Amino acid sequence: MTSLRRIWAILRKELVQLRRDRTTAALILMIPQIQLILFGYAINTNVRHIPVAVVDQSRTGLSRALIQMVEATQVVDVTLRLPTVQEARRAVRASRVRAVLILPPDLDARVARSPAANMGQPDSTEFASARPVGQWIVDASDTMVAGAIKGLRLMPLAELFRQPPNRQVPTCEVALFSNPEQRTEVNVVPGLVGIILTMTMIMFTSAAIVRERERGNMEMLINTPVRPIELMLGKIVPYMGIGLVQMAIILSLGHVLFNVPVAGSLWVLLAITLLFILASLSLGLVFSTFAKSQLQAMQLTVFVLLPSILLSGFMFPYDGMPKPAQWIANVLPATHLMTMIRGVVLRDAWIEDLAGGMIWMGGFAALGLLVATLRFRKRLD
Amino acid sequence: MTEPVVVARGITRRFGPKTAVDTVDLRIERGQIYGFLGPNGSGKTTLMRMLTGILRPSEGEALVLGVRLPGNAEPLKQQIGYMTQTFSHYRDMTVLENLRFCADIYGLTARERRARLDELLQIHDLTEQAHQMAGSLSGGQRQRLALAAAVLHRPRLLFLDEPTSAVDPESRRAFWEQLFDLVDDGASIIVSTHFMDEAERCHRIAILDHGRKRADGPPPRLMRDLDANVVEVEGGNLRLFKRDLDGRPGIMSTAQIGERLRVLVEKSIGDPAAHVRKAGKLALNVRCEVVRPNLEDVFVSATRRAVREGAA
Repeated sequence: MTSLRRIWAILRKELVQLRRDRTTAALILMIPQIQLILFGYAINTNVRHIPVAVVDQSRTGLSRALIQMVEATQVVDVTLRLPTVQEARRAVRASRVRAVLILPPDLDARVARSPAANMGQPDSTEFASARPVGQWIVDASDTMVAGAIKGLRLMPLAELFRQPPNRQVPTCEVALFSNPEQRTEVNVVPGLVGIILTMTMIMFTSAAIVRERERGNMEMLINTPVRPIELMLGKIVPYMGIGLVQMAIILSLGHVLFNVPVAGSLWVLLAITLLFILASLSLGLVFSTFAKSQLQAMQLTVFVLLPSILLSGFMFPYDGMPKPAQWIANVLPATHLMTMIRGVVLRDAWIEDLAGGMIWMGGFAALGLLVATLRFRKRLD
Repeated sequence: MTEPVVVARGITRRFGPKTAVDTVDLRIERGQIYGFLGPNGSGKTTLMRMLTGILRPSEGEALVLGVRLPGNAEPLKQQIGYMTQTFSHYRDMTVLENLRFCADIYGLTARERRARLDELLQIHDLTEQAHQMAGSLSGGQRQRLALAAAVLHRPRLLFLDEPTSAVDPESRRAFWEQLFDLVDDGASIIVSTHFMDEAERCHRIAILDHGRKRADGPPPRLMRDLDANVVEVEGGNLRLFKRDLDGRPGIMSTAQIGERLRVLVEKSIGDPAAHVRKAGKLALNVRCEVVRPNLEDVFVSATRRAVREGAA
């Protein structure tokens, strides 16, 4: 069939041009590796080693032991010791430290009465015993830092007196599935597939039609019998292969470097990634029919890339977002991929669990291809 | 009498307030090389783009190889070849890769393609450059590649938009030989140019100026039917003489060509040579002689008349 031959002609042309463009070819392989290594190590939601100051007004053996205990949690590093609260607040303002621990002069007396020290059970409604031992002043602009320091609020004090820590009986037992060691990488590595593919796939095709125009090839092309749909398919197919290569790089490096094994079926993984690639490529093609220059195409790519990073659930939990933001996130193919790829890689989700997202992405891809094909006119006006 | 390849009636194209092509009528017969002669901005490219169907006419219509325009131009694509003004093939692909691409787009089978590409490389003298990047070709080689790609699928009608603007005279000669070979094989060709010598090679031309067709016909007939006499002046101070003549009644235009001044005199003047001699006050030892009009005279006369009509 002639139609297939023309698709093949476009496809081969794209591959030849890509092969000649060595830098782009190298970037296709390097970008996923570098970003995986960078983000895999860098992104960590378990906040540790927050620099803090201590204002120790009691200066007793107990206060020194208490400071050591706080440091032993590794949540904070005491980097500064200051004599007054005023100076400590200044240090917070100058962002030399994120928080200040203030230990009052009557620390020993407070500790002795504190229920946290586990020395008998005084009435907690009694004013004297309900008083806390010390105070944290926190720069709470970063909610994650604030949350980590809040976690020190209920630090048991029994260890100060070489007693076993207060054993609290939990109301509920928590069993951690998928990521029992609570490593951030486990969540980041599969998510990175979605981010990198969003970036490269949309970028490639958003420039695809514009490039023909900018380099002056369009007038020749529209004078040939090539059909818009043939042109679109010929431009999509080579990049599907590239997208799969990128996914393979990320997941295999993620396995080797960060010990994130693929729990689910590789076939399901292939299916959802292909659908996502198709959706991204067709979105890029739609952009390509709007953009007048490669610069505009790039801007449109970033326009989608940022929400794909911030709203898709890659960085912040999808469920925590307000409803309208969730609706917007649901339009983005990346959001669906985040759920699905984490499902397959981490939880061995099977195809019927993912049907909804897959249908949505397939529909998105088909719609994008249709819009791009209809918008592409073989005319100059 | 066979059907003409192009018939256009009142074809017009406006871009905003500007009219690029203004109610042009055309009739282009089969087996001819038809030239659009005109300066830059005269509407040659716009007219050509309308006839290939990539630009919609604002008004009027055309019948190209039996396909009605404006309308679905797709059935036309397989039958026409189009060589754009600026090189529009892929600079980062080799000559052979570019030709293969076009062959596949036009649906040649693998066997047809191999034979046709060998043939084209040979005819257009590109065999040595077959594996060279199109971007690194010389102007003449690029033009040969563009022509080879445009004729690859043996189109019945070939559009060439200023094909020889960036080419040396020798390549231009060879190029025109190719065109006559193509016509001999049964193709019809529409070519736009602003070179007089090139226009003179065409079977018929249309002179375009400011989007209007000012004259059309075979170049010899246009020269013969010129409604002006041409007087060549030699000797004396030609710059001074020219200043004297400009604006005089009966004098249509003057242009210096080397040692001579070429003067267009209105047909109504009885003795053009004497008229010119008298018109120049300072003409002491000049020689005036009526000569045969050339195509440039036709062009000047045609576009000048338009200016006068426009002013009236």
